[in-house]
Amino acid sequence: MGAYEYGLGNYIEFFNEPVYWNTLLRTAVMSIFVTFVTLIIGFPIAYYIAKIARQRAKAGLFLLCLIPLWVSDLVRSFGWIVLLRETGIVSSFLQYIGLVDGPVEFLYNDATVVVGLVYTVMLFMIVPLVTTLDGMDDSLIEAGFNLGGSRLTVLRRIIIPYAMPGIISGCIVVFMLTAGSYLTPILLGGKNSQWFTEQIYEQFITRFNWESGAAFGVLLLIFTSITVWIGLRLSGQTLSSTVAKT
Amino acid sequence: MRMIAGFETPTSGDIRIKGDSVIALPPNRRNVKMVFQHLALFPMMNVHENIAYGLRCRGAGKDEITRKVGEVLERIGLPDSANKEISQLSGGQKQRIAIARCMVLDPDVLLLDEPLGALDLKLREHMKIELKALQHEFDTTFVYITHDQSEALVMSDNVAVMKDGRFEQVGSPQDLYHNPQTPFVAGFVGDSNRWSGKVKDVNNGIITATTDSGLTLQSKSATGDSVNAGEDISIFVRPEAVQLHLGDDAAQLANAGGDLNHMPVTVESMLFNGANSRILVNTHSGERIEVDLPQRGEHSTLRSGDKIGISWAQSQSLCFRGNYESRTKTPGVSIAVCPFLPVDFTIDSTAAYRCIYPVSKRKGRHGRL
Repeated sequence: MGAYEYGLGNYIEFFNEPVYWNTLLRTAVMSIFVTFVTLIIGFPIAYYIAKIARQRAKAGLFLLCLIPLWVSDLVRSFGWIVLLRETGIVSSFLQYIGLVDGPVEFLYNDATVVVGLVYTVMLFMIVPLVTTLDGMDDSLIEAGFNLGGSRLTVLRRIIIPYAMPGIISGCIVVFMLTAGSYLTPILLGGKNSQWFTEQIYEQFITRFNWESGAAFGVLLLIFTSITVWIGLRLSGQTLSSTVAKT
Repeated sequence: MRMIAGFETPTSGDIRIKGDSVIALPPNRRNVKMVFQHLALFPMMNVHENIAYGLRCRGAGKDEITRKVGEVLERIGLPDSANKEISQLSGGQKQRIAIARCMVLDPDVLLLDEPLGALDLKLREHMKIELKALQHEFDTTFVYITHDQSEALVMSDNVAVMKDGRFEQVGSPQDLYHNPQTPFVAGFVGDSNRWSGKVKDVNNGIITATTDSGLTLQSKSATGDSVNAGEDISIFVRPEAVQLHLGDDAAQLANAGGDLNHMPVTVESMLFNGANSRILVNTHSGERIEVDLPQRGEHSTLRSGDKIGISWAQSQSLCFRGNYESRTKTPGVSIAVCPFLPVDFTIDSTAAYRCIYPVSKRKGRHGRL
């Protein structure tokens, strides 16, 4: 162990080792995919809660979205494991109704990781969406129809542009949570998940290389920030009009 | 209103525009455009995009859109505001943009849901005139909903008064004002002094009745129905129908001809309001009567406590069968006002009017056209 020196050695090491930046890229792509899936599923739910459900049902539906957060990440992930493992409930059920012959392993693949993550972060997408859509006057939608718009036009030209701040703010939160999550990818994806947080953990705990771990942490932060910035640029929104607003 | 636009479905009856039933058409396929109560301009678009939205939905070309938007902005007198954001406009300008957004599509009917409700008093007076001018400009049937009766009377060719989701009376503003067919209309359109009483006798169409407080009044039946002695009736007299008599004039009043209602009264208070000044007088039996005070100077000396006489012609007091419950007890009412320019817009059959009731009840709001 020599004396400490300032330098970019740990960062250079990151770029020289394909496993590292491949993991980071993979994490980013998966997180973006999770964010996208969450948005696609969350938007209709949020629209239903904000615009279609009656006042009383709203609270109940909100509660349903909230309940998964009442237990810890760990317990939730174990819940999925109980359902999806080889000897788990889904596998047994499929054997019981005769769809498959032997036990099936649902865990430890990308799809499971995506499902688990979407489930975990769904609420953070729904809340800002409901808030923005709730503030939207119903007559805007009616005006959209009245002036000759079809359902698709009204959705594309009126509802989505109006909800854009909520969409972006939900996406930012969800993306950050996903990229920075640790337990869900590890428990549901196992060693195959190759999540970047796992890499950081390994540097710190397994390899005892704190310097490199710290550098990876900074890299994750920079990388996600850049992704968010690009996202904001592409959608023409600013941070103050989205996250800071809600 | 929401039924004409297609947002709600009537439980029975039919709505026809230019002779064709539109019941089966969804809102985006009807050529009926609506100006919403709070205008519902799209906040994320600028003025040009707002107006162009409908044209774009229709699949118009880019050049056509630019030309038509320019034209309609010219017509509403805001030619330079195409690139303004909605939040930069004043209330009156927003109103005009909302109308332009509909008119650019050349609708058969333009619906306006309490268009002036959100504006302050001064602007409302101004927009009343402006709306009327715009209506002439565009030459299209406008249908207004309003709770403000003066708005309805000023702006329209045809007025329908609604109560509890039913049409009480449909007619021209003059008709509604001078020949109300129901006590509700008489009480709602314009101001009235009203009494309830019992018929004493009927002679040659002149009904003599005693009010609950003991006044004896002569009046005509408003609907032409015959009434019998002993029946309950309500009597309406417009404040401007009543004449004031001062000094000697008042003394002679007692000998006046038989076709006048007359009585001595005491001045209670003056309500000065320029041309619309009123005076409140008390009869001997303690009834309060509102009288219009002409501002020509001869009444300027009147003071509270003065004894004067009042009179009005029998034909100016209208009576209806049954007791009229006071206006405060009746629910709010919408007036649908339709300047029927080309008379091509009909709501068919009484069934259509009746159907409005259950829907409005379910929605928990008062009757709406």
